[in-house]
Amino acid sequence: MRLSYPSNVKVIQVPCTGRVDIIHLLKAIEDGADAVYVAGCMEGECHFLVGNLKAKKRVQYVKKVLQELGIEPERVEMFNLSAGEGPRFAEIAREMVERAKALGPSPVKMKKAA
Amino acid sequence: MIIADRKPVGELLEMVKDCDRILILGCKGCVTVCNVGGTKEVGVLASILKIARKKEGRPLHVDEKTLERQCDPEYIAQVKDLVGKYDAVISMACGVGPQFLSEAYPDQRFFPAVNTTSFGGAVQHGVWSERCAGCGTCVIHHFDGMCPIARCSKSLLHGPCGGSARGKCEISKEVDCIWDMIVKKKMEKGRLADLTKMKPNKDWRTARDGGPRKSVREELVQ
Amino acid sequence: MSDLKSGSNLEKVLRAGHFALTGECGPPKGANVEHLKEKFSHLKGVVDAVNVTDNQTAVVRMASWAASAVMIQNGVEPNFQMVCRDRNRLAMQSDILGAYAMGVRNMLCLSGDHQTFGNHPQAKNVYDIDSMQLISLVKKMRDEGKFLNDEDIDVPPRMFIGAASNPFADPFEFRVYRLGMKIAAGADFIQTQCIYNMEKFRNFMKMAVDMGLHEKAHILAGITPMKSVGMAQYMAKSVPGMDVPESLIKRLRGAGKGKVAEEGIQFAIEQIQEFKELKGIAGIHLMAIEWEHRVPEIAERAGLLPRPKV
Repeated sequence: MRLSYPSNVKVIQVPCTGRVDIIHLLKAIEDGADAVYVAGCMEGECHFLVGNLKAKKRVQYVKKVLQELGIEPERVEMFNLSAGEGPRFAEIAREMVERAKALGPSPVKMKKAA
Repeated sequence: MIIADRKPVGELLEMVKDCDRILILGCKGCVTVCNVGGTKEVGVLASILKIARKKEGRPLHVDEKTLERQCDPEYIAQVKDLVGKYDAVISMACGVGPQFLSEAYPDQRFFPAVNTTSFGGAVQHGVWSERCAGCGTCVIHHFDGMCPIARCSKSLLHGPCGGSARGKCEISKEVDCIWDMIVKKKMEKGRLADLTKMKPNKDWRTARDGGPRKSVREELVQ
Repeated sequence: MSDLKSGSNLEKVLRAGHFALTGECGPPKGANVEHLKEKFSHLKGVVDAVNVTDNQTAVVRMASWAASAVMIQNGVEPNFQMVCRDRNRLAMQSDILGAYAMGVRNMLCLSGDHQTFGNHPQAKNVYDIDSMQLISLVKKMRDEGKFLNDEDIDVPPRMFIGAASNPFADPFEFRVYRLGMKIAAGADFIQTQCIYNMEKFRNFMKMAVDMGLHEKAHILAGITPMKSVGMAQYMAKSVPGMDVPESLIKRLRGAGKGKVAEEGIQFAIEQIQEFKELKGIAGIHLMAIEWEHRVPEIAERAGLLPRPKV
């Protein structure tokens, strides 16, 4: 569609969001990502039936962990859209970038020793 | 199997607060089966601790390894050359693991990552329920395959008590009244007479009440 | 009446065939003897014996054996309750001997509400033996003069043994068998959980009478007068094993503001009248919790006074 979305979003393609596990989300945060989100198919339309539901649960788990650590749970998010929704994809990307900007840099980014 | 739940992250961070390098040891036994201490969970915990410490500005070096089990000396021996390289080691096994490790490597500190709760099994994916209290004198054959010692909140042998309501225990609607189940099954099978017989007082000597227990197979001891 | 088991007033009243009346008194949350005396003073001469609860609902109160001793010193007969939740068989046998030494002659054996209900939920759960086994234990001490381990007791405690019965817990069909078991284990008298569902209770009593249980033990029907609509709703929803019919809640609501307590007492009196005639009922156990001062009035209006002197 040649719609643009912000260049500070790194897209990692998976055959199904069910493939995304807790460790992947945590590693993103650990390595300094200001935000990480999962974009899966509409609920009920997962080709592998419940992959996107598993992803949703895992996102919820990571949100809870972040909360426990004093990191904003909004840095991790789950979205659902259908494969044909190009504009929605771009919209989500913009939304998350705005959100990351509003939240500020991740508190996990390596601090220089005082 | 043995069921456990991971300790809150805050508690674990407190345990390792004076450490710069730690090892997390998982176990492929029970804690893998209940998704709390296997290879995957070791990875998740390592990441969580690193994130927390990075945020503090005091990075933590975390190595990961998972043993076959932590309740046999042969497997504990496998990390002989490894455990000394850290400020402390977190074991994700049940309460047995950190103890066996501590005995084998008295110069190292071993911290428990999980709170071990009970013996039980999976009742649905992701949910494990207590079935056995380890009382040492199994009597489930008297109760049509159900254990009132472990599953009755009051360990009654002549239940249900007056608090049993609609099949649930008085302590919570989430807890089934095992006596309701036992009575219904006995009535259904025409074995009510089993219940009206007085049961002798439980001999708690074989349970933890009698002191720490040991099992010996004479034919195997060298 | 030469073969009395304990010689207690309650036992004599029941054995003589009188319609018995027992009350209840919860010890204070402290060593406040004056408060305790004030509470049971309302019941003196009005009931045949007063139940003394044992850390009821797992809330710590003065020990029931001690409160019982205070009662005896003040001319009131206690019905000493013991639960299985807080003591093991050593402490139980020991407390039974102590209570008997202090003059206690009636004892009610109960499982006890689980400690999660109370004010020390972190406590260790004892339940060494259950209520059925406790009844059997007291009987063994009394009739065989032996401890659980078969050693002889140096002056055995001769208690009149009581047990509780809850016809409203589940499974309903089994409750009467459990009652039978308690009687077979040695219960001399039974006090039921407080009754509101009269229909269900009549069915229960019919089964009990069919089994001849009323001839083997004295069954006292439990009554707790409703003080307010709030109380009725709370009991209906939040107390396990309690059966409060919607019709009763409606009746209380219909009484109008300020008149609900009177309606509750009226209902209780109607129940007492029915129980006087109901086959198998040997008396009433009136649990007017924290309402002890109304007991004399209720007893009077129900035609239960004066109490028989035996």
